[in-house]
Amino acid sequence: MNQPLKPNSFRAGPDEDGRFGIFGGRFVAETLMPLILDLQDEWNKAKNDPVFKAELEKLGAHYIGRPSPLYFAERLTAELGGAKIYFKREELNHTGSHKINNCIGQILLAKRMGKTRIIAETGAGQHGVASATVAARFGLPCVVYMGATDVERQAPNVFRMKLLGAEVKPVTAGHGTLKDAMNEALRDWVTNVDSTYYLIGTAAGPHPYPEMVRDFQSVIGQEAKEQILAAEGRLPDLVVAAVGGGSNAIGIFHPFLDDEDVRIVGVEAGGKGLDGDEHCASITAGSPGVLHGNRTYLLQDGDGQIKEGHSISAGLDYPGIGPEHAWLNDIGRVEYVPIMDHEALEAFQTLTRLEGIIPALEPSHALAEVIKRAPTMGKDEIILMNLSGRGDKDIFTVGKILGMGQ
Amino acid sequence: MEKRFADVAAEGRPVLVTYFMGGDPDFETSLAIMQALPKAGADVIELGVPFSDPMADGPAIQLAGQRALKAGQTLAKTLELARRFRAEDQRTPIVLMGYYNPIYIYGVERFLNDAVEAGIDGLIVVDLPPEMDDELCIPALKKGISFIRLATPTTDDRRLPKVLENTSGFVYYVSMTGITGSALPDPSLIAGAVARIKSHTKLPVCVGFGVKTAEHARVIGASADGVVVGTAIVNQIASSLTEEGRTTEATVPGVEALVRGLSAGVRAARLAAAE
Repeated sequence: MNQPLKPNSFRAGPDEDGRFGIFGGRFVAETLMPLILDLQDEWNKAKNDPVFKAELEKLGAHYIGRPSPLYFAERLTAELGGAKIYFKREELNHTGSHKINNCIGQILLAKRMGKTRIIAETGAGQHGVASATVAARFGLPCVVYMGATDVERQAPNVFRMKLLGAEVKPVTAGHGTLKDAMNEALRDWVTNVDSTYYLIGTAAGPHPYPEMVRDFQSVIGQEAKEQILAAEGRLPDLVVAAVGGGSNAIGIFHPFLDDEDVRIVGVEAGGKGLDGDEHCASITAGSPGVLHGNRTYLLQDGDGQIKEGHSISAGLDYPGIGPEHAWLNDIGRVEYVPIMDHEALEAFQTLTRLEGIIPALEPSHALAEVIKRAPTMGKDEIILMNLSGRGDKDIFTVGKILGMGQ
Repeated sequence: MEKRFADVAAEGRPVLVTYFMGGDPDFETSLAIMQALPKAGADVIELGVPFSDPMADGPAIQLAGQRALKAGQTLAKTLELARRFRAEDQRTPIVLMGYYNPIYIYGVERFLNDAVEAGIDGLIVVDLPPEMDDELCIPALKKGISFIRLATPTTDDRRLPKVLENTSGFVYYVSMTGITGSALPDPSLIAGAVARIKSHTKLPVCVGFGVKTAEHARVIGASADGVVVGTAIVNQIASSLTEEGRTTEATVPGVEALVRGLSAGVRAARLAAAE
């Protein structure tokens, strides 16, 4: 295979067929094609429409609470004794994670398209909660598909979704995790194409979803760039984010892609280690394949059957990754590394104790990488990390593992 | 495949297309099922390739795929199934039906060579719409393998020409939006849809999704060139298995009896239409 040429810009993709290099595309059943083409048209119109933009900004400011703060983690920095660590505090958003940025954008699109019913898939429940929230805000019925395993381990979020008026449908197929929830949401969509808008929660799926979700999440990186320039007068040396499907990561990475001096690292779920099957490191331990509407890195066997992943964090428990990440990996712009369950768990506790911030288990993976790298960097260097969600939903899981309470 | 459709049309009846999942419940049983299908009156065989994540399939076919995968079925073994069948039957067209990833991982070039060698006549790949024709459709056509496309109620007149552009063999009209194995919609709507598609193409139009009984086959066959039966056959197989999902003496005869009934249904279709 030819080595991909270095592009003039890392931010130009996807092409008109939704491809990032060989990745992306529109691998969907014919039933969905007309709908996906409609969505693409609507999205192309909306993104250049000042009215849409103004509505998005207004809701961002007054409903989500944007801009989210950029926080200098003074005690963590002192403890690690190296680079200065800044957090982009997406966990302070309404509903407790970055997911709401995308949900607000997509529900405005759904309204423009005249759709009357929202469906979503969720892993950790953060996207499910954000979807249920915007559905309540805009008065649309909402069905959330969630793997039965996840329903159990993310009980607080299930309760929140129900309170918000959403119907939570547990999915028992497969291992009952995010991949299975996505299959079931696609089946619902294929059956109810006329009325239903599928609010995909991550920067994956058929074109235009990866591009659209990235653009809605890029507000994270745009704000962070302005904020770090204001605070430090220069760009960070390193940007770090956790990657499951990869929406929070692409959101903070994308505005920095063309800043050559900024190193960028995506952190995958290494689970119990990459030697066995109990991890979700699609890039570091997977290979390119086609699933859920796009070509990307997947965990799969030699026959092209998709494997079930494992992560302590339900939000990273997906055997694929957004196609733009797959491309950024192959082209060498972003480095992807795994972090094990136990490392994430340690990082979770470190942040809780040192900064009084309880992070979600997903960004705890990014934090574990920061904890590894910061001491090896100079005190004049700067790390920017996306603290993408808060850990309220995870306290029972963590408490159980640490043997606290009861 | 063209010949088979022409021959059956000359008999004045629609074609009976039968789907089953390769390797369900195990390799040898599914070979016996495949061999039984033409004898019971099936004109074309759709051979399902199991996939871990069948996004467009209902519970029945999902479970069939899981049984097959559990029994060790792979794409390579599904091609082997076709090869073994071809050793005895050189006439019944075989259409391989499944999802793209197993083919992509097998390697498109290698797959097409092996498919030709195994006697595969056509492909239905659910997650490859016309926008993705460079992946497999065009290379398959170059090797002389038909690429059969699904048209659905959401495929409007604006989109139909694009869907039909590289379609060959026949057009598979999915009679509803939804997953396999759902309920059958109003037959008059189906007749209208078939007429609409036929105004755009000379290819035969087969109708599927929801055909369960001989009566369904008769009603649909009155307007369509062919009737596709899948979930009913898969359910028949499932109902014959032991609790552990193993084959029994009733498995193959059960499929034979069902297909014989469906075959009588399609044979009665045009008589009914003429009345």
